[in-house]
Amino acid sequence: MNRPLKQHLIDPEICIRCYTCEMTCPIGAIEHDDNNVVVNPDVCNFCMDCIPVCPTGSIDEWREVETPYTLEEQYSWFELPEQEEFSQLKFTDAGISEEEGDDPVEALLAEAHKGAGGKSRAPATAAKPTINLYNPGNPVEAVVQGNYRLTAEDSGSDVRHIILDFQGKPFPVLEGQSLGIVAPGTDSEGKAHLPRLYSMSSPRDGERAGYHNVSLTVKREENGICSNHVCDLSKGDKVEVTGPFGATFLMPTDSGARLLMICTGTGSAPMRAFTMARQRTVGKMSGGMVMFFGARTPDTLPYFGPLNKVPSTLLQKHLVYSRLPERDKEHVQDRMLAKRDIVAEMLEDKKTHIYICGLKEMEEGVDKAFAMIAKSSGLQWSDLRDAMREQGRYHVETY
Amino acid sequence: MLDLVNVNYDTRIPNNVGLSSDRKVLKALEKWHPGYIDWWNRLIPRDFQESMVYLRTAVSVDPRGWAKFDYVKMPEYRWGVLLAPQVEDRRIPMGEHAGKPAWHEVPGEYRNMLKRLIVIQGDTEPGSVEQQRFLGLTAPSLYDMRNLFQVNVEEGRHLWAMVYLLQKYFGKDGREEADDLLRRSSGSEEAPRMLGAFNEETPDWLSFFMFTFFTDRDGKMQLESLAQSGFDPLSRTCRFMLTEEAHHMFVGETGVSRIIQATCEAMSHAGIDDAMDIGKVRDLGVIDLPTIQKKLNLHYSLSLDLFGQEVSTNAANAFNAGIKGRYMEQRINDDHQLKSDTYVVRNIVDGRIVSEEVPALTAINMRLRDDYIRDASGGVGRWNRIIQKSGIGFKLALPHEAFHRQIGVFADVKTNPDGEIISEADWRENAGNWLPTKEDGAYIESLMVPCYEPGIYAPWIAPPKVGIDNKPGDFEYVKLHMA
Repeated sequence: MNRPLKQHLIDPEICIRCYTCEMTCPIGAIEHDDNNVVVNPDVCNFCMDCIPVCPTGSIDEWREVETPYTLEEQYSWFELPEQEEFSQLKFTDAGISEEEGDDPVEALLAEAHKGAGGKSRAPATAAKPTINLYNPGNPVEAVVQGNYRLTAEDSGSDVRHIILDFQGKPFPVLEGQSLGIVAPGTDSEGKAHLPRLYSMSSPRDGERAGYHNVSLTVKREENGICSNHVCDLSKGDKVEVTGPFGATFLMPTDSGARLLMICTGTGSAPMRAFTMARQRTVGKMSGGMVMFFGARTPDTLPYFGPLNKVPSTLLQKHLVYSRLPERDKEHVQDRMLAKRDIVAEMLEDKKTHIYICGLKEMEEGVDKAFAMIAKSSGLQWSDLRDAMREQGRYHVETY
Repeated sequence: MLDLVNVNYDTRIPNNVGLSSDRKVLKALEKWHPGYIDWWNRLIPRDFQESMVYLRTAVSVDPRGWAKFDYVKMPEYRWGVLLAPQVEDRRIPMGEHAGKPAWHEVPGEYRNMLKRLIVIQGDTEPGSVEQQRFLGLTAPSLYDMRNLFQVNVEEGRHLWAMVYLLQKYFGKDGREEADDLLRRSSGSEEAPRMLGAFNEETPDWLSFFMFTFFTDRDGKMQLESLAQSGFDPLSRTCRFMLTEEAHHMFVGETGVSRIIQATCEAMSHAGIDDAMDIGKVRDLGVIDLPTIQKKLNLHYSLSLDLFGQEVSTNAANAFNAGIKGRYMEQRINDDHQLKSDTYVVRNIVDGRIVSEEVPALTAINMRLRDDYIRDASGGVGRWNRIIQKSGIGFKLALPHEAFHRQIGVFADVKTNPDGEIISEADWRENAGNWLPTKEDGAYIESLMVPCYEPGIYAPWIAPPKVGIDNKPGDFEYVKLHMA
């Protein structure tokens, strides 16, 4: 049985036949007759240029199919066909889907988001993410543009900033999304390695604005097959990438929304993306971003230098160290409690979105700190958290 | 180096035309700007000016950059000057200069013709904002209010675009024309807008949707034909405006669809299947289908007038000069000069409507109008599918082109919607069955009660199938400021 394909379609019930998509498509994949506007499955390369220009939203339709619908079929439609049921098969190349099911990537993400205490939702004003555009059967090749060590040579922690370029192939991302990398070779049973997910640390328009390249923040793990593979990459190396993945840990587009970001180590990756996105769109003017960022020492804190240059009017920074000589251990939750007024005020504001990213171990302490702070404001944390999560304002990604 | 794709926000006016290095034009535009902001501020009711509206702003003209959504107060909207990217080695597509390189400066011999076309186009843009200024007060939902304001700010941007062309390419008299665009105003006794349809009131939301469907579609067709212009800056301006114009078509088509949907649902729910039982349908608080047909007749006939005379030497001259083309000129397979072609138009001969072949060159207006009619009838077909799906036996139809006309050969006769010539007496007796009456207007007006709760819609209009920017149903499209 063939692996099902993702097919791009246009909803004839919603489309107004303005042909803007057709005029925008750079490769002539869209055409029309007197009845419908249709997408040629042999030509469309999912570059997504047609999506933002559509005034109706009818363009953003996808079906998983074994055999693509032909142009003749599409021309004859008055409404879109239902998604066909496929027995025994789940798709990773399913276009837009929920973060559920038994696909390995979806399982990984569901596990990472578990700490939110329930089904995660994207912020109400988040842009719609593209997910699962590439899968292990159909990866995209990226070229390494750079690999820089972010931590001091002698710090005992090797965290890397890696920049990937997709050579003009579409890889539309939103801040907070992840991509997958499959290490070459096979495991002890001779099977291909499963993809590892890395959160992107660059904003949607690229590590360099307008270039649509992405950056990753990767820590070298002892015996970590994929992390060593990634950390050893050199400029010019080619790497197979899947994704993008993740449809809920996203930032609100409302520039009035406030962000409370709590992270440790490489969990800073999405926070960096959020911060850069805001910096590029609203400049220094926006307040409303507060960060609690924990590491052992300043020289193991990724992006320590550049982070200090971000103006505090844009981002209020609380850098917290657990291994400073001659100082008590301090974790992010300790600093949150020390700055409880700031946290309490944000918890009460309905514009606040909370993001927690880092090692699983941080969850418990942070959750407790929130509970204590909420209580002092007369709020029941578990209720507040569930409500915020339902509203797409509470996000956890831990591993 | 000039960045021609990313909009320049450094100067006061966002643009991708290198304004910052064009001091003369920048100065002219900056001088014009306060008058424009003043016009805007006087126009829309104060509370809406203070409200945060979820609007899209073009930040650049590439597909990924031209639709950036965020909350913004309308007077702070960044109206800019954006031209579609220049096509290398573009050629004049039609007329006697067909095949020669496109002009990047105004060709002297066509200066007045070009200026007049730009002024007429420019005059319609603020006109419609003026006509629609009070609709926010009766918005059937925040979603619809947001769509209205999006249409308004984009019409405002289109005015900017035309003003830029006038100031950049037409010197002193261009600047005077630009000032006059703010001096004239819709419905004014002493200085009305140039075209009739833009001096009619837009009294209610059904009128607004019909206007955006029919009248803005004329605008779209005019832009399509100007996008073919051999004068490259005009072509590039209009090409980018068309992307925005598509949103206006969307607002009109789906607005009427949603009204029809609400009517059909209410009728089915109440077990009414006779669409002509107007009293019963109105008792349900929805707009009966025959009244929708009357509104359609009115707006369609007013819009046909915008295409001008059936046989027009002005249009022929503009085509011949390479200034204004046909709809999708590049896809038409002919000599693009129309030296010996003919085209069929309708005329009145001996009191009867007949078809006649005339030189295609003089029938350019009618060809564009026929393309318009085809485009519009597609939308009417989609409206009929909604009625058909609900099992109600009623069909909306475009009236005959001779019906209720003020311009062209049919202005002197009265016909019924089927295009049969009738007497004045017959017309007086039946006009109320074909065009909205005062009573129809009063009924529609009685429904125009604002609905400002997020996710809630007035009962006479169905919610949209998809939110703007894919937003969920209860999204707060406008954060109202109500002093």
